[in-house]
Amino acid sequence: MFSVRIHGRGGQGVVTAAELLAHAAFAVGLEAQAFPSFGSERMGAPVTAFCRTDDRPIRLREPIAEPDAVIVQDATLLHHVDVFGGLVADGYVLINSARDIGQLGLEELLERHQPSRIVTVPASEIARSHTGRPIPNAALLGALAALCGLVSLDGLGEAIEQRFGATAAAGNSAAARECFELVRSGRPLSETAHA
Amino acid sequence: MRKQLEGSQAVAQAVARCRPEVVCAYPITPQTHIVEALSRLALSGELERCEVVNVESEFAAMSVAIGASATGARAYTATASQGLLFMAEVLFNASGLGLPIVMTCANRAVGSPINIWNDHSDSMAMRDCGWIQLYASDNQEAVDLHIQAFRIAEALSTPVMVCMDGFVLTHAFEPLDVPSQEQVDGFLPGYEPRQVLDPDDPMTIGAMVGPEAFTEVRYLAHAKQIEALDFIPQVAEEFRERFGRASGGLLDSYRSEGAETVVVALGSVLGTLAEVVDELRDQGVAVGAVALKAFRPFPLEELRGVLGGAQRVIVLERALAVGIGGIVSSDVRTALAGLSVEAHTVIAGLGGRAITRRSLHALLAQALAGQLPELHFLDLRTDVIERELERTRDGGRPGPHAESILRDLRIVASGPV
Repeated sequence: MFSVRIHGRGGQGVVTAAELLAHAAFAVGLEAQAFPSFGSERMGAPVTAFCRTDDRPIRLREPIAEPDAVIVQDATLLHHVDVFGGLVADGYVLINSARDIGQLGLEELLERHQPSRIVTVPASEIARSHTGRPIPNAALLGALAALCGLVSLDGLGEAIEQRFGATAAAGNSAAARECFELVRSGRPLSETAHA
Repeated sequence: MRKQLEGSQAVAQAVARCRPEVVCAYPITPQTHIVEALSRLALSGELERCEVVNVESEFAAMSVAIGASATGARAYTATASQGLLFMAEVLFNASGLGLPIVMTCANRAVGSPINIWNDHSDSMAMRDCGWIQLYASDNQEAVDLHIQAFRIAEALSTPVMVCMDGFVLTHAFEPLDVPSQEQVDGFLPGYEPRQVLDPDDPMTIGAMVGPEAFTEVRYLAHAKQIEALDFIPQVAEEFRERFGRASGGLLDSYRSEGAETVVVALGSVLGTLAEVVDELRDQGVAVGAVALKAFRPFPLEELRGVLGGAQRVIVLERALAVGIGGIVSSDVRTALAGLSVEAHTVIAGLGGRAITRRSLHALLAQALAGQLPELHFLDLRTDVIERELERTRDGGRPGPHAESILRDLRIVASGPV
């Protein structure tokens, strides 16, 4: 089983991100379960969504307490919500930010986990450049695909297409692809156009 | 064919394939996605010959369903929580009149304190309203139970409530098979009403009945539910033969053969519970689980059959009967009458509190050590309770508990300050 926990704020497509990820995992033949943890149902409030994948049917219904990967869609949550709580030692972290881990004050995270698996991506800027809106969810999933290989870019594209209208789907797929290539290239952020 | 779907969307599609002729509902979280999806299916023409009625309340929703059903239309509605309670007196009318309405209850806590999250307070409060109550352990079962519910309701001429956990199931995406229109048509015949309001053949439904016959009419309602104890498993068996998977029935036993300790539960907690049972069985601990699929009618004999060999039964309940503790437990204890089986009531998962593997392991360890009290509250924060009791001990005007505890925990609008 592989468990992903996604943190963000109401209005950033956090629940949709988990849904897209589950769909993309299903597309490559995995069993997948996505579910949200709603708070007070208002724009801007912290929201958490979960996605589990496995090669056998998933029966577990508890929230993900020990994620294999954490996506932080909004870096303002970093010192507000325990976003890395329970992250497994060899887990993956993906943060939506134009700053690097050191600039975010998260060096401690690099000491406790494998540094190559801790990545920041300027997903809001990349999403804005492709869709006109700074909704980073699909872009971050592209980055996750490159980071841990859980889903394929094609599977993600299929998930995006079934979820959005044609225009939004094209923009989000392009944003996902740019983030995918950015992470796979391993280029430091300072060398990217969006840093 | 399996598709990655939200539980609510899949249920809406399944209901649509049952060809309801009237869908009347008032939106309430977490039921909303189901009726929204049905409205869209009706608008797009995929759900044909169906009138979707926007009503002004849940009381009206059930009243419209009664009117529709009495004129021979297949009627469906959905609600939750406060909404279910608002239709309370009409629920009794629907069952008393013997109208085969099918309703989804997207289980949610009942206020006060107001809470939108899952537990079984709503449907349990309505357990004696005369409706058959079925509980889905997962989303595939929720889909399948709706198809079975119309069969059961119409064959027995009695309403059926399909209970599925709000958010945990309604808002979860997973691979689900929604049977095709042809499959559903082959399983569910057209609605042949037992009684019809027809201007060309006038009759009265809903007579006033005095002491001379009220008991007999009520007895017949009970007899019909007892008949359902035989019919529900038949429908589940036919469903299994046609659709190739087991869903519904009265109860489902999971590794409880030879188990010394058996946990009885309803709804979505069964998945997590099955994982815990597997982990403990791997360690050689003789535990099992029983899923109650039908709560009304209550399968006394069948439950006695699967629990009779156990030493200890733990009833895990997602609702609290203030002043006594368990609700399901009372019925389980009736099933165990005369047997030397130790019974415990555990109140868990109220108002959306997650029931985790960790908590269930701790609970079972406590039970196996012989230290589980007759009534136990899972994961109760006793430090919070003690501080609040201490605060209110001085008399005066201590104010409401809810606001005071939120202040104590530094919680605002369901999140940290």
